[in-house]
Amino acid sequence: MTAVWRFGGLAVGCAALLTAQPLNRLTAQDTTAGKTVYVKWCAGCHGDNGAGDGVAAQRMIPPPRDFTAGLYQIRSTASGELPTDADVMRSIDEGLYGTAMPGWKTRLSDRERRDVLAYIKTFSAFFADTSLHLKPIAFGSAPSGGTGADALKVGRQFYDSIGCRKCHGDQGRGDGPSAPTLKDDAQHPIFAANLHENWRFNGGGSVEDIYHRLRTGLDGTPMPSFSDLLEQKFLTDEQLWRLAQYVRSLSPKDAPVVRDVIHAPLTPKALPHAPDDSAWKAVDTYWFPLVGQIVRKQRWFAPAVSGVWVQAVHTADSIALRVTWDDRSQSPDSAWLTYIGRVLAATSSDDSTREQPALWPDQLAVQFPVSIPTGMERPYFLMGSSSGGGPVYQWRWSSGNRGSAVAGLARGIDRFDPISGGGATVGTQAVYDHGQWRLVFTRALASPDSTSQLPFRTGRAIPVAFFAWDRSNGEHCARMGISTWYFLALDEPVPARVFISPVLAMVLTLGLGMLVVWRAQQKTSLRRQQ
Amino acid sequence: MKGRIFSVVGSLFVLTVCSKGSQTNAAPPAANPPPADEPVNASAAGGTISGKIKFTGTAPKNPTIDMSDETVCKAKYKTTPTEENVVAGPANALANVFVYVKSGVPAGYTAPPPGAAPVIDQDGCRYHPHVFGMRVGQTLQIKNSDGILHNIKAMGKANRPFNVSEPTTMTMGAPRPFTAPEVMITLECNVHGWMTAHVGVRPDPFYAVSTPDGSFSISGLPPGTYTIEAWHEKFGTQTVTVTVAGTETKTQNFTFAAH
Repeated sequence: MTAVWRFGGLAVGCAALLTAQPLNRLTAQDTTAGKTVYVKWCAGCHGDNGAGDGVAAQRMIPPPRDFTAGLYQIRSTASGELPTDADVMRSIDEGLYGTAMPGWKTRLSDRERRDVLAYIKTFSAFFADTSLHLKPIAFGSAPSGGTGADALKVGRQFYDSIGCRKCHGDQGRGDGPSAPTLKDDAQHPIFAANLHENWRFNGGGSVEDIYHRLRTGLDGTPMPSFSDLLEQKFLTDEQLWRLAQYVRSLSPKDAPVVRDVIHAPLTPKALPHAPDDSAWKAVDTYWFPLVGQIVRKQRWFAPAVSGVWVQAVHTADSIALRVTWDDRSQSPDSAWLTYIGRVLAATSSDDSTREQPALWPDQLAVQFPVSIPTGMERPYFLMGSSSGGGPVYQWRWSSGNRGSAVAGLARGIDRFDPISGGGATVGTQAVYDHGQWRLVFTRALASPDSTSQLPFRTGRAIPVAFFAWDRSNGEHCARMGISTWYFLALDEPVPARVFISPVLAMVLTLGLGMLVVWRAQQKTSLRRQQ
Repeated sequence: MKGRIFSVVGSLFVLTVCSKGSQTNAAPPAANPPPADEPVNASAAGGTISGKIKFTGTAPKNPTIDMSDETVCKAKYKTTPTEENVVAGPANALANVFVYVKSGVPAGYTAPPPGAAPVIDQDGCRYHPHVFGMRVGQTLQIKNSDGILHNIKAMGKANRPFNVSEPTTMTMGAPRPFTAPEVMITLECNVHGWMTAHVGVRPDPFYAVSTPDGSFSISGLPPGTYTIEAWHEKFGTQTVTVTVAGTETKTQNFTFAAH
């Protein structure tokens, strides 16, 4: 039976070739085998009938693709056209960065991926419409000199003139004036991409990828195609490439890599309390990814803060910790109320009653154990516990009471007891600037109560974790982004003996050596005289 | 260009097939339906269906639009602009209702070629017209009179959707003609979330949009029994059956319940 189907598939494939299907249309596909793969690996999110309504769909922002509309974001074809098989295969192979869609290249065989691609296409009648001729855009290649100041200036000029900032914001962090109103074709909330995180761009983060998205648009989303502007001579192809190069320049050269230990150097100068103190420029920055809190109710699969950038320095008696993260809104911001409503409506709740949208402030928490652990054992990473591993020591900052953070003990996700009176004071200064929070916590190294308020000591690995709530994304209480435990190490001043001892040792060795040689030479000359 | 002509011709062919299909589900045909192989052309001598559209109850208030981020648009209004979800005239007349022959067009009917391509203008950060009809095979002309960035997204289901941008004062054709009948396709601008328009795409010229006094008129109908649908973006749809003979003018009013 299978053989018959396979033969049938082959025959269809050959027929497709013979009728001069123009594009890399895949052949030898078997939709029956494809269905088996689909049901096993895809239907959980994309639904049995391909409508993007699988059991997991209600947890996701953005939601899984609805294949019945034949509408695809990542294409090499003009806006509104179907994708080529190669386009869809790329999304299957590599996944869609920044979304729940993983890459399948290493999980499924070539045959399985071809089959499932053939099956996915059966969900939309558009793929069977032979009058729709696919014509990939001839993209050309990027002009050289794309990282030069002049090129970036041209790119920035068109960033402004074609209105990118309307959604993506003046600095590109997805915080433009139209951002709170954005929705996809299914009325789901959708963020304008944060252009500083190119490793999360759905269709890839290279200059070429960005240029392709500018030409094709992201169908089904608010992102339009800008191809017509070339025909209308509003800008040249080179200028559009410059725009792509400018957008690329906003992200780091390489995607950030997690390093487990934050080194806080000892500074001989004053502690930098201000978030924009120039002293921070000289301090190493560490990146920590945040993921959704899916351990306890309310579970949250779609955190808006993808990670935090952390720096730390200390003086002889105090520590300063700077946390920087991108957030599209300075919550509470009434412009985002409708958006919050859409987020809550689009995601299923663990509770039977759906929460009403409200104007909550943004929040960030830094977590330590109550004291530096002596062994390998650390408290429960998710805000400690009321028994067992015991509580954790946290600094909690909220944009509602900017300028001050509350130190306290968390005993599980639902219980936070602020330390009132007599505690070590935690200073905070925060700046919100074009879609980014920069926040500095400061505290004395010593603490009045070394059993509940972590005393910071040099030369020890101090566990640290981070939590963030982006309230414009409907995050509060247990709906948040979380990290695991990492470490903070306050570097000790290097004592003078570290530098002197080796020199002394070398001098001594040399001296002794010379002594031995001298004695040996004397003995030899004595013998000769005898 | 060649491709476009082919796709127009092709879609007209598809449409002929489609309209044949829909006729079988429609109301019984007129007493003497013309033979399918003998073309029936619309003429001034055909029948007319006209009427007035009203609503009962209190029309919901259109939300006001905050254009403070777009000074160019804001300057075009003396009073605070509103959305155009319900446009009412005197005596509860209802404008912007799309009235069209849903079925009943004789199988052999050959539609006259469509006229000039319709234009939608983005002016004052609103679409003009807000509701309109066009023929299968026509390419929508998109005009930007504001000179600021608008994107226009057509969310067709039977037609391929598109989403293109116009950052300055210009007029350009949509990426492709509409190729299939569809009532209605929503057009929207994502830069300005309040901007929506609705277009009905039809294989024949038998459609109209009610004017501010609520009136509409569909003329040139071959004799027959037609299913007429009236569509309003907030109040839903209403369907009636009307038989037209000769050159007579039949009056068909619609009354929607406001909600």
